[in-house]
Amino acid sequence: MSRTHVTCTINGDPAEFLCDSDQTLLDALRDVVGLMGVKEGCATGDCGACSAILDGRLTCSCLVFAPEAEAATIETVEGMAGPDGLHPLQDAFLEGAALQCGICTPGFLVAGKALLDRNPDPDEEEVRYAIAGNLCRCTGYDKIVRSILDAAAQMREAAPAS
Amino acid sequence: MTGTGKGVPAGVALCSETRVPATLRAVLRGFDSAFVLLSGRGATSFGCAMRYAAPTSIEEAVSVLAGDVHAQVYAGATDFIPQLRMGRPEPGVAVDLKRIDRLTGLRREGDSWVIGAATPSARLGEEEDLVAELPGLVEAAALIGSDQIQSRASLGGNLCNASPAADSVPAMVVNNGRAVIAGPAGMRTIPVASVVTGPGSTSLAADEFLVEFVFDRPPPRTADAYLRFIPRTEMDIAVVGAGARLTLDEAGRCREVSVALGAVAPTVVMVPAAAGILVGHPLTDEALKRVAAEASAVCNPIDDKRGTKAYRRQVAGVLAVRALRLAADRAARTGS
Ligand SMILES: Cc1cc2nc3c(=O)[nH]c(=O)nc-3n(C[C@H](O)[C@H](O)[C@H](O)COP(=O)(O)OP(=O)(O)OC[C@H]3O[C@@H](n4cnc5c(N)ncnc54)[C@H](O)[C@@H]3O)c2cc1C
Ligand code: FES
Ligand code: FES
Repeated sequence: MSRTHVTCTINGDPAEFLCDSDQTLLDALRDVVGLMGVKEGCATGDCGACSAILDGRLTCSCLVFAPEAEAATIETVEGMAGPDGLHPLQDAFLEGAALQCGICTPGFLVAGKALLDRNPDPDEEEVRYAIAGNLCRCTGYDKIVRSILDAAAQMREAAPAS
Repeated sequence: MTGTGKGVPAGVALCSETRVPATLRAVLRGFDSAFVLLSGRGATSFGCAMRYAAPTSIEEAVSVLAGDVHAQVYAGATDFIPQLRMGRPEPGVAVDLKRIDRLTGLRREGDSWVIGAATPSARLGEEEDLVAELPGLVEAAALIGSDQIQSRASLGGNLCNASPAADSVPAMVVNNGRAVIAGPAGMRTIPVASVVTGPGSTSLAADEFLVEFVFDRPPPRTADAYLRFIPRTEMDIAVVGAGARLTLDEAGRCREVSVALGAVAPTVVMVPAAAGILVGHPLTDEALKRVAAEASAVCNPIDDKRGTKAYRRQVAGVLAVRALRLAADRAARTGS
């Protein structure tokens, strides 16, 4: 079986993998690369559990064909924690009890990061729109929204005043 | 770029086994979709049935399409992949249009805006001058799904998927959008309104694809608006969508007007009577009431879980009027 060879950057590291032409990036990341942080909730773009940042834009990796990742930069939840510990969003989710079963959590974290990357000071409405593509069946969203707002506040405090 | 380094042109097909005969493929696909339904995952089918091509020029894309009658172009794949999941047969070659620069940009060119057919809808809202000049078109594109979807969803895909409820289409039509189409005979340009011929079908030949959309920049005191009614605030399909564009004169009377409705008929429908009622007059409550009645009258809706025919008709009238008022407010604010 002839497969496509993809060279890309995943969470800052150069990566290569082989995939089928009709395999999704979600399946390639999980089954070939071994990154289990991208989850499959629906496989049709509705739930956001598979969220990854592809070339700077938040996407559902279940709606991307794996060969499209050629030369791309991909960020997943695995790349969020730094050498000094968890990302402020991850800390805030733990602190704020923003998860129960946790299957949606990587998607919310990645969507939250995509939001804070472009808007460090979102209001509640902006947060709610930014996570509208992510479904959670457990928490009722409120704690997730508050945790993202908390993380944003913490990150603004930690950032050198401009 | 993808390429095998073995003399295969960059981006083109990396799977060389003999094509499975069409009949056998159909049988296998039947099996495939059963598998999808049973397992809930459209796992890779058998071997390398669908090839992937990522041409980097229009000419290359045209020749990929000419070389395979089972080729299908796509942009964001936000309709394409879910449809494969539902069991729609895989094409022989999936032709990714996003590596062609001209299809993924957007630019102001003299008196026009030119938007690449595969440009992600999020890009539209990032272009301040476009937001200022065609706010209705941008708000329609911004309604397509979540942030995740908008990173990928294109106007070309929204139009060519040919869903009656596609949000960007009424906004493109009221702005007199033109679609530039590439094919083996070269390029041709047709009105956006004549691309879709019915649910799921377009007037494009199998070896043609959309390159870009062209919109005139609005003259003074002109603005557009798009409103959609859904039962919730995000992530749903339009019960009714209404696009409006109008030009006012110095005295605030309507000089030109265009209204288009989505999700109320097999294709987008215009409300031609709006011009007869409004042109030469201010937007009075009485005149708008007549426009609402005309908007309701042109609908040919269906009953479904999102709304009954009668409900859709009534909402179409209400939404058309709201879109007109919003466009008029914006047009008045653009000054002279
Ligand atoms: C979760 C979710 C929410 C959504 N919400 C909305 C919504 O609110 N409103 C809405 O209108 N839609 C919505 N959609 C549908 C979809 O996102 C849009 O229709 C989108 O604009 C499709 O664009 P695309 O680039 O992804 O198309 P693709 O999936 O790439 O293509 C769609 C179709 O168009 C054809 N095509 C694509 N590009 C071209 C071209 N350049 N020339 C010729 N044919 C072409 C393809 O062959 C295919 O048949 C949603 C989808 C999902 C998954
Ligand atoms: S698995 Fe991708 S959106 Fe649900
Ligand atoms: S914590 Fe269970 S789905 Fe969100």
